Amino acid sequence: MINKVVKNAQDALLGVEDGMTFMLGGFGLCGIPENCISELVRLGVKNLTCISNNAGVDDFGLGLLLKKHQIKKMVSSYVGENDEFERQMLSGELDVELIPQGTLAERCRATGAGIPAFYTPAGYGTEVAEGKETREFNGKMYVLELAFNPQFAFVKAWKGDTAGNLIFKGTARNFNPMMAMAGKITVVEVEELVEAGELNPNQIHTPGIFVQRIFQGSNYEKRIEQLTVTPKS
Amino acid sequence: MALSKEQIAQRIAQELQDKWYVNLGIGIPTLVANYIPKNIDVDFQSENGLLGMGPFPIEGEEDADLINAGKQTVTILKGGSLFDSALSFAMIRGQHVQLTVLGAMEVSQNGDIANWKIPGKMVKGMGGAMDLVASAENIIVAMMHTNKAGESKILKSCSLPLTGVNCVKKVVTNLAVLEIKNNAFYLMERAPGVSVEEIKAATEGTLIVEGEIPEMKF
Repeated sequence: MINKVVKNAQDALLGVEDGMTFMLGGFGLCGIPENCISELVRLGVKNLTCISNNAGVDDFGLGLLLKKHQIKKMVSSYVGENDEFERQMLSGELDVELIPQGTLAERCRATGAGIPAFYTPAGYGTEVAEGKETREFNGKMYVLELAFNPQFAFVKAWKGDTAGNLIFKGTARNFNPMMAMAGKITVVEVEELVEAGELNPNQIHTPGIFVQRIFQGSNYEKRIEQLTVTPKS
Repeated sequence: MALSKEQIAQRIAQELQDKWYVNLGIGIPTLVANYIPKNIDVDFQSENGLLGMGPFPIEGEEDADLINAGKQTVTILKGGSLFDSALSFAMIRGQHVQLTVLGAMEVSQNGDIANWKIPGKMVKGMGGAMDLVASAENIIVAMMHTNKAGESKILKSCSLPLTGVNCVKKVVTNLAVLEIKNNAFYLMERAPGVSVEEIKAATEGTLIVEGEIPEMKF
């Protein structure tokens, strides 16, 4: 089997440069590539375009890159949990493109699936559709949406093997599988890296063909954004 | 008496039908899950990738890898399933989810809804709302009839940027149950003790009142 393993985040991010476009998996703080984000902060690369459903919180996730002014543009569906983000957006420092969540997911999927564009009903008749081609199918209106073109995709999986096969856990799956398909170079960090053959092939969520580099992550914080519990009775 | 938020949710829960898959938005819609009629089975879909969403976990059993679309820790019921965001919105756009309940800032008599952006204020984004309203067969909007200044949010046409067009068919407010058809709001039910005149006064859009309007029952 082709071996995709690199030693650490530092090796995994070789080739990352200023001005690049990245995809980063995660929904809120759930399933975000924590180690890759830390390494991007350490590298100090700037003028980045980041495609990610959310933009982290002030002191975690993509908020760490925002704090150091490394992001030029965010492409997201919802960005409401971050004061620094708001400040940079209102001051014009940060460019923001908001996209319906399903459209964002499908644009990521299309990118990796060789589909340059597709029609979706989401956003028809709203400002999201302004300037875009629209078309009627079976009496309903649709908007043409395009695939992305990211240089790197940063993905977090629960378990992965040396061949790059991935299994996700819970709702930490979210955007990660489509982004894994979409990256020219897809970098995956996992909580548990095992030898090829140790994962059940019937249970692989993302086949290794989509993955260029995989490494064993460390020190996962897995912060909970909104802790909601039922008290013990 | 105008309804409380809990009562709005309780009234919406009466609309649920057996074997429906349902997506609940953030706010009042989330409360609908507390009032599912005893004799029916419904499953809740959370657009971040979860079907068969259960209640909040028991203290100490929370899992950072199991959250709902509001980023709250939740549980998964027996028979539930997990999937990626593309598959989740395939369920939504493909109309495999029978009902969407969501909040709104404004609704108009042609079924337009505005709930994601106020010009001049911080824009947080539409999340999955545009996909949901563009696709769902049944959309119920849960909202207050008027804003804090007493101005109607049930309008001839929306003034805020739209989330979707010609999509809302039913609205449950703190004052009334309304159906949208023929470019008008049809008054179906009144909140207990609220008069037709009060509802008329709080409604800017065209309100059709046909015959005796019953009070909501709980």
